[in-house]
Amino acid sequence: MNSHLLHVKELQTQFITDEGTVPAVDDVSFYVNPGEVLGIVGESGCGKSVTSLSVMGLVPSPPGKITGGEILFDGKDLTEASEKQMQKIRGNEIAMIFQEPMTSLNPVIKIGDQLIEGVRIHTDKSRKQAKEQAMDMLQKVGLSRVDELMSQYPHQLSGGMRQRVMIAMAFICEPKVLIADEPTTALDVTIQKQILNLMKQLNSEMHTAIILITHDLGVVAEMCDRVVVMYAGKIVEEATVKEIFNDPKHPYTKGLIQSVPDLRQRKDKLYSIPGNVPKPGQIKSGCVFAPRCAYAFETCGQEMPKLCSTEGSQQVRCWLYHEK
Amino acid sequence: MLKYTFRRLGALIPVLIGMSILVFLIIRAIPGDPAQTILGDKASEQAVENLREQLGLNNPIYIQYFSYMKGLITGDLGTSIRTSSPISADIWPYLAATIELAFVALIIAVVIGVNAGILSAWFQNSIFDYTAMIIALIGISMPVFWLGLMEQWAFSLELGWLPSIGRESVRDPITPITHIYMIDTLIQGDFDQFVVVIKHLFLPGIALGTIPMAIFARMTRSSMLEVLRSDYIRTARAKGQKMFVIVYKHALKNAFIPILTVIGLQTGLLLGGAILTETIFSWPGIGRYIYEAIQYRDYPVIQAGILVIATIFVLINLIVDLLYAAFDPRIKY
Repeated sequence: MNSHLLHVKELQTQFITDEGTVPAVDDVSFYVNPGEVLGIVGESGCGKSVTSLSVMGLVPSPPGKITGGEILFDGKDLTEASEKQMQKIRGNEIAMIFQEPMTSLNPVIKIGDQLIEGVRIHTDKSRKQAKEQAMDMLQKVGLSRVDELMSQYPHQLSGGMRQRVMIAMAFICEPKVLIADEPTTALDVTIQKQILNLMKQLNSEMHTAIILITHDLGVVAEMCDRVVVMYAGKIVEEATVKEIFNDPKHPYTKGLIQSVPDLRQRKDKLYSIPGNVPKPGQIKSGCVFAPRCAYAFETCGQEMPKLCSTEGSQQVRCWLYHEK
Repeated sequence: MLKYTFRRLGALIPVLIGMSILVFLIIRAIPGDPAQTILGDKASEQAVENLREQLGLNNPIYIQYFSYMKGLITGDLGTSIRTSSPISADIWPYLAATIELAFVALIIAVVIGVNAGILSAWFQNSIFDYTAMIIALIGISMPVFWLGLMEQWAFSLELGWLPSIGRESVRDPITPITHIYMIDTLIQGDFDQFVVVIKHLFLPGIALGTIPMAIFARMTRSSMLEVLRSDYIRTARAKGQKMFVIVYKHALKNAFIPILTVIGLQTGLLLGGAILTETIFSWPGIGRYIYEAIQYRDYPVIQAGILVIATIFVLINLIVDLLYAAFDPRIKY
């Protein structure tokens, strides 16, 4: 079990607010192996981003706090690591790219300097060497006129270019794990495709494990090896990509897949799961999905089911499969 | 950039003309006759009338204004009614004294205020944050004259560490070159005198710098808090950068534009609004110069003093505008 590169065990992250404690992430476990692409899927507000920030040790604190579980990376528990130890890991061993390429780069620092900074934090290379490495990396992510680019500021670049810069920045220290938090959400469809291809290519070239956080099942189908489906701060299903699309078990996963429009069938109305995602901590007893679930029965409203294995590696948190 | 600078300098002309008219009219609206003030209550009607004629005070107001403007264009700020000497020559020593004092006050205010603001934002809601912000609030609310008197009482009278008034030792005056004594003593290589100058600057510098310091601290804190929450700061942290570098490099450069604006405004106010401090510390600055001129109804001096301060104020704001571009590459002129 401990041989996984990154293994999150029963992670619990809470936000302490004036209205009480909100469990944004509750009992979340998953792992990635070198070179693997893991997808974390779910609607907005289901705890995907908080999970990734927890791994990086970047949960805004206060009000956020990791209150339980372990994050094992190379055998070390990151929840126990000091800020100084985390600084050595961030960007160097675990890197992250964010949803908003427009605001994620510092507007008053040149692109080149932002890349060079990343190299110089983690290595003792000279500025010149770091500069060469930065230019190499920019070329690798498919940017041209690299020389000019190095002395430009973020506002002079398009969204797609900025996300490429972000990717270059994330990969520049050849991290073992890359966490990509909705990296293509803010981009045009054509650019999305390019960015995904680029990540896939770097993944196979550098053997970097990728945790891809997204709400887009199309992206999952294209990119991922395994998928974790999250709902209201909890994992409701975990499976390989094939299993998820061919045989989704959890009613929520089924709903998600059903809501993707199918080009081959023209329907009058698109399917959507009735209701809204509950706020974290809103549902006190029973299964968090029960109020929106078409299959819910008596037990669902009373007790939260545990994550249990079905066939193969597939795991599901649902009373429908509990007794089997 | 150069074109912009010239355009802005050109735009100063109507501003300055408007200001000169305003100052000219307001002063003449104030009751009181300068001729009467100069000659005293017991002067005869005839003597007062003669002096009025001599000073040109009997001319229609627009004639007075035009003769004043004619002088201004040739660099002549007029002649003091009281001392009969040209103001252009008189004013510099006073202005230099004020510039020196304002400079010291500004350095104190920026160094302490901005850093306190940065640390307060970095360690938001910590004891440091609360303490600094309470001190800042007290600093903003504290009247300068009271603070000045307390300083004199504590550091001069009780402790005897620092001189309470003036710019220099009365027994051993400084030979002026530029009239900015810090520079003068250094040029003359007289380090002992330099220390004397610094000692004299200390108390009034703190008194004058306290309010701007408090304003800078509060402004910096709120500006930094906003920046520290932004996405690019998260990116910098995700890179593994140290908090110190993130705060002082990544965040401060972004937060500095609003800080720069208040620094500019406060610098203008320091130069013009030092009258209270200058009075308490017997500082021979421009504030005192104008204050005394007002007492004597010395119109030309009041006009010239206000005009000089206003011009400096406008110029400082121009410099601030130009500096924006240095801090934010998105601003282009």
